[in-house]
Amino acid sequence: MLAAIGLESQDQLYAHLPKDVLLGRPLDLAPGVSEYEITAYFRELASRCAPGYASFLGAGVYAHYRPVLCDVVVSRGEFLTSYTPYQPEMAQGTLAAIFEFQTMVCQLTGMDVANASMYDGSTATPEVALMAARITKREKVLIARSVHPEYRTVLRTYSRYEGITIEEIAYDPATGQMDLADLDAKLDSDTAAVILQSPNFFGVLENWKQAAALAHGKGALLGYLFTEAVSLGIVDPPVDADIVAGELQSFAHPPSFGGPFAGIIATREKYMRQIPGRLAGQTVDSNGNRAFCLTLSTREQHIRREKATSNICTNQALIALMATVFMTVYGREGLRELAIQNLSKARYLANGLERRFSGSFFNEFVAKTGSSSPEKVNESLLENKIIGGLPLRRFYPELADCVLLCATEMIRREHMDRVHQAFQL
Amino acid sequence: MYPDHYRYTKEHEWVSLEGAIGTVGITFHAQKELGDIVYVDLPKSGAVVEKGKPFGSVESVKAVSDIYSPVSGEIVEVNQALIQSPEKLNEDPHGAAWLVKIRLSAQAETNNLLTSSDYQAYIGE
Repeated sequence: MLAAIGLESQDQLYAHLPKDVLLGRPLDLAPGVSEYEITAYFRELASRCAPGYASFLGAGVYAHYRPVLCDVVVSRGEFLTSYTPYQPEMAQGTLAAIFEFQTMVCQLTGMDVANASMYDGSTATPEVALMAARITKREKVLIARSVHPEYRTVLRTYSRYEGITIEEIAYDPATGQMDLADLDAKLDSDTAAVILQSPNFFGVLENWKQAAALAHGKGALLGYLFTEAVSLGIVDPPVDADIVAGELQSFAHPPSFGGPFAGIIATREKYMRQIPGRLAGQTVDSNGNRAFCLTLSTREQHIRREKATSNICTNQALIALMATVFMTVYGREGLRELAIQNLSKARYLANGLERRFSGSFFNEFVAKTGSSSPEKVNESLLENKIIGGLPLRRFYPELADCVLLCATEMIRREHMDRVHQAFQL
Repeated sequence: MYPDHYRYTKEHEWVSLEGAIGTVGITFHAQKELGDIVYVDLPKSGAVVEKGKPFGSVESVKAVSDIYSPVSGEIVEVNQALIQSPEKLNEDPHGAAWLVKIRLSAQAETNNLLTSSDYQAYIGE
């Protein structure tokens, strides 16, 4: 084969590569090992690692059951291989799916209009701030310190180049909710938005009704974020919010290694022209048949170029479709039952532990490790094939003796009993 | 069609001067080219604008277009009625559908704006 392409040695094929990136020796394989044997070797190796572990990690990424229907639908070539609908009327199936997605997101959040869609919850967060700044023509944004720390980091990155000032609102050390007195003190006539997350990073439900009243009193908008979409199956929809954004990873997206996820943003009809991305709508064609179109995309990059409201054009539709199928499989009642299961498991888990905050929680809460340390507790759990909660020291130094634990429907009682024991050691 | 006492820009805005206050709008030609206007985005009173720089946008069923300020100064009034009924821009672009009033900071700037006949020649009417 080398002779056919006019070369003398295989090394000549790699001659253009820097020397220090070359391995410089053959791969460590027994001679004549087949591809099948190699795959089998790694399968065996993998079976000794991850499977069979129960995980109590949440903190923005949740392990929920994935109905098989989700993969079946998104694996269809019509959806899987299609690019973003730049010639939208040709892509009726994609538009119909987007339309269903938007409708379900509105039903879930109590908002009037939802786009399709955002990359993830973290990048949806600055879009809330930018939208609010455009609407109010103000430049200051207040965000609760109880919002996911990485969402806040992404917000800070965006705001640095958008002329928006960010201030953080303290959390109440007793309840774990946003400190409303601190909010009241920091709200002023320059504030574009107050952004909170509920359930917040500590798993605690925020008092968003009161936060909304305070924000609206100063002419600011309320942005409501969520990381755990299953919570919306049981909590009141955030109807007092002006913009709702969050993460639908819980709806059929495996934790993977952190993506791809499914962000959403939804708002009131009066603010729809400031929503980033595009909206699919239902209409009738020239023969009077039901058809779908892009109703609002005049502010997107293929029309507005550098003046676009945002640049979200990759095929997030496929990721959104996965969540749409999930929502269809569960339905309104199913989602409520799923939420109750999560709630019950988390209650059982919390009952054997010392909670750090008194505020109401959904499927996550902060627990104190007492005389032991978070690291020691997690080490002992790992020996029993259990991945413990997230030690909070990294994000909140003042909570160095605490872990954030999450119990979804995938957790079994015996795992929770093990956690109770580990905390008592 | 194009009032003689107005001054015009090549970006299709007009300005009508009364002392130091200039009323600004978009031209009949502009609204005709844009088609049905569905949304108008304007700055708030007190905002400082600069000649030739965008201060807002109009959205038609076809596209969103920037509005460039014909003069420099400070916005002293915004046509709130227009924000409520943007379709008025298609009905009375040179009258009731004015956009903003600007207190001019450099009145001499208006000397190099187009006259009504210059503008009509420019758009080929």
